[in-house]
Amino acid sequence: MSTGWQRAIIVGASSGIGEALARQLAKSGCKVAIVSRREHELKRLSDSILAAGDRAAAPLWYVHDVNDTENASALLQEISHDLGGLDLLIYSAGVMPLNPDDSYDLTADLQAISVNVCGAVAWCNAAAERFAKQRGGTIVGISSVAGDRGRRGFPVYSASKAFVDTYLEGLRNRVGRLGVKVVTVKPGPVDTPLVNGLDKKKLPMLISSDEAAEIILRGCSHDGVLYVPGKWRPVMWIVRHVPSFVFKRLNV
Amino acid sequence: MKSEDGFLLPSSRLEKVQSWGMNREALAYVYRPSTVDGIREALNDAHRAGRTVGIRGGGCSYGDASINSENVVLDITRMNRILRWDPQEGIIEIEPGVTLQRLWQYVIGDGWWPPVVSGTMFVTMGGAVGMNYHGKNNYKMGPIGEHVLEFDLLLADGTIVTCSREQRPDVFYAAIGGFGMLGCFTRLVMKMKRVYSGLLEVEAFATSTFTEIARVFEQRMAVDDYLVGWIDCLATSNGRGRGLVHAARYLKPGDDSSANQTLQIAYQDLPETLFGLVPKSIMWRFLKPFSNDTGMRLINWARYFMGSTVGNNKTTRQSHAAFAFLLDYVPNWKRVYLPGGLVQYQSFVPAEHAAACFDQQMEICSKYKVFPWLGVFKRHRTDNFLMTHAVDGYSLALDFPVRKRSADRLKQAICEMNRVVLESGGRFYFAKDSMLTPDDANAYLGQDVIARFRQIKRELDPDGLWQTDLSRRLFGNWNSDTAPNRALQEAR
Repeated sequence: MSTGWQRAIIVGASSGIGEALARQLAKSGCKVAIVSRREHELKRLSDSILAAGDRAAAPLWYVHDVNDTENASALLQEISHDLGGLDLLIYSAGVMPLNPDDSYDLTADLQAISVNVCGAVAWCNAAAERFAKQRGGTIVGISSVAGDRGRRGFPVYSASKAFVDTYLEGLRNRVGRLGVKVVTVKPGPVDTPLVNGLDKKKLPMLISSDEAAEIILRGCSHDGVLYVPGKWRPVMWIVRHVPSFVFKRLNV
Repeated sequence: MKSEDGFLLPSSRLEKVQSWGMNREALAYVYRPSTVDGIREALNDAHRAGRTVGIRGGGCSYGDASINSENVVLDITRMNRILRWDPQEGIIEIEPGVTLQRLWQYVIGDGWWPPVVSGTMFVTMGGAVGMNYHGKNNYKMGPIGEHVLEFDLLLADGTIVTCSREQRPDVFYAAIGGFGMLGCFTRLVMKMKRVYSGLLEVEAFATSTFTEIARVFEQRMAVDDYLVGWIDCLATSNGRGRGLVHAARYLKPGDDSSANQTLQIAYQDLPETLFGLVPKSIMWRFLKPFSNDTGMRLINWARYFMGSTVGNNKTTRQSHAAFAFLLDYVPNWKRVYLPGGLVQYQSFVPAEHAAACFDQQMEICSKYKVFPWLGVFKRHRTDNFLMTHAVDGYSLALDFPVRKRSADRLKQAICEMNRVVLESGGRFYFAKDSMLTPDDANAYLGQDVIARFRQIKRELDPDGLWQTDLSRRLFGNWNSDTAPNRALQEAR
């Protein structure tokens, strides 16, 4: 499958959807730069992509902690140089603190805000500035269906994804007219390390990260909001319209 | 090269840089110095950030010759002072950002004209000399380099070396046509051509094949000062190679009784309207509906029809500017080629093989169903510059529209045409090129010439600071021991 993208950065590529996206983009002939905090994971992924494809498919890899927002722009500049340009930025770093009904873990919550929100803003801002000058390019932010409602199980995670939704919408309205595509990806449950703490049997419409990546790469040629898989769109439309007094009584 | 101290180029300098053919574009850190010290600052920044520097003048190269993706682009257009002009001897000393327009306008009043001019006047003379451009009089006057007496070249380490035919002749003959790989010109001294009128005597006539047009050129070369052929590349196989020849001669002293007037800039100016009616600036919009093979076939046919009937064998007097700067007649005409832009394919073929080679090119075009919308035919001769593109023969420049659905076919066609040209002992021109491969460049320049150029490059620019997308495409990073990418290496 050719995606039309030549040079991509994937932030948060060492596992989950980011990893699957990196593999599939590399396979399609796109030059891929993978960014993650964990060096050994990056090496493992890079080696296995190399083993699967030819030498040209070798991804470039960069160790970077998305909490280190101040360096995001500089690293984007460096990677763009190494890739010889840039057409696609995917921000797929994310953490989900689990807050059982009786616990409040501020450290974990702030960490989630830092990764899901601050990191996304740092990278997507930098990409938007570059793409606006380029009059082209695609920014993909991995949000979640969780952002559509405040959920009792993970208030901060839901809120962080709601931030990402609104932020990317704003970005789209800002740079869309300059030819830049901004895609908000909203997956339902995907079988990734993110959901390791949950009972997978109870997750509705669970898909593999490979399936998710396929849907995302197919859907990201248009900007807008992309539910993954698409059937979440009507489902979440209904969920969004459930009145609060009903929603708070539901066990979701 | 790698950043020394984490120094980053300011992202405010990031700009989109486009090829003239609009088929290549990239972001680059653009510096626009107006002084030599300004250039040095840019070099210093590039050095600290571990980036390379590509020089850009008017940006009139069709391909990637003035693009340096994600690295520094040194735009010299603000280095545009005229330093000295001797109207007795016709010798002018200029900075590299002076455009051809500024140059001819500066000298014409004193009865001089640039000896070699391109089809557009918006090139800078630095770029012109860097590419060693030619004109419609190449067979007579050679490339612009033959009229350069001396230049200053700013090297990668910031020092300046003065070169002429006597002083560092090796650098003189390599930097002219050296496509910005040895240094940045900071001063050029050139000799202009004496003219006795602002007018040329122009003759036009029709020809029907490549063989015929070449024969006409051979006959006229001795008498005419300029010769250019236009080829209808969309003609069907019966009419293949048909075209029009425009031949022009300088007037002798006394031929033009109102020379004082015709040598004024105002007299030379291109008309503001076409057919006395349509403002030129919007003309390209009228051409837009014809921007397909059928529309262009019609326009080419109409041009040939008019030229071969009412215009045939007519002699007229035309101003230098009107005859020379055909590309500037319809401003922004290249937008007709949007959205994909255009590729110009120009090959230079020795005279004995030219007609056959160009016939073959036309055949390849129809085989792959890619049709040039414009074809221009010129006569050339050899010169002494190291990286020369000229041959004792002819060139045919073909303008191909770039379209998504025909892009692969165009690539294949050009590949095949390259083979035919190389087999005929032909050459190519960096200012036009966007498709050559390293093997093609090796084949026409020859191993020895490339080795010699590399040797001079290593002496003047040991770190390979001067680079462009074109240079990387054809010659790699110059320094084979330069690491291409840290992460790539570590990943192995």
